[in-house]
Amino acid sequence: MADEPAAKTVTALLVLGCPQVPVQTSIALYLINRLRKAGITPVVAGNKAANTLLVVSDPDRHYLGEVIDLDRAVGLISDKKRDFDRCFVFIHNDAGVSYAATMGAISHAKLYALVYGEHYEEQVKKIDFPCTVIAAKAVHNPLPLKKAIDEVTPWAA
Amino acid sequence: MGCVEEMNYEIVLRDATFKESREYVRSNFKESIDVQPGFKVFDVHVIGLPPIAIGLDGDFVIFPYTKPCHGTFLLRVEDKEEAARLRAGKK
Repeated sequence: MADEPAAKTVTALLVLGCPQVPVQTSIALYLINRLRKAGITPVVAGNKAANTLLVVSDPDRHYLGEVIDLDRAVGLISDKKRDFDRCFVFIHNDAGVSYAATMGAISHAKLYALVYGEHYEEQVKKIDFPCTVIAAKAVHNPLPLKKAIDEVTPWAA
Repeated sequence: MGCVEEMNYEIVLRDATFKESREYVRSNFKESIDVQPGFKVFDVHVIGLPPIAIGLDGDFVIFPYTKPCHGTFLLRVEDKEEAARLRAGKK
């Protein structure tokens, strides 16, 4: 009897921005949970502070899986050593837009731009590359962004 | 990108937007090349919206370096070999 081909693992990269806006950590954990429930393996890439906020928030790794340095992730994808099926970029400043554009250029992943913060509309206007924009004015309260994500259901697409 | 810390760099622009960085290179340096995000300058994969402008001024290379919390820095580094490598890639 021929073996059935193994199902390919679907992966998602969460590209964290500067953690100065509080909603990022809770939305990242929420999204990781939803992705996992949908059978998608999440990988987080951020700077040291952003990654550490998540690692300390989830000490037993109920949600978190692999966590890698952001610059290393960019290098691995640019050098074609690694890629993902979906990529979620957290954006609340100009650097976030730059990282999203970079991911759109170097990765084959379906790209989602999660835009939040006090001046989220200003950042949305800068996005002129193909991606799904999920945006809400969310700074301390993650619920507006959670609602916007739930409406798109990016784990189901 | 630990290597940036080890470079003898001069900060030309700090806490800039990607657009300001691109415009500064194009308007302040006679010679520049456009590259795509992820292109390697020294050991740095450049970040930004395409096209990303890299300036060349003699043996100096002027390139953007983006950090999540501090925006884009435009750095100026003297390196004859890297400047020559970038010029050789010019169309």
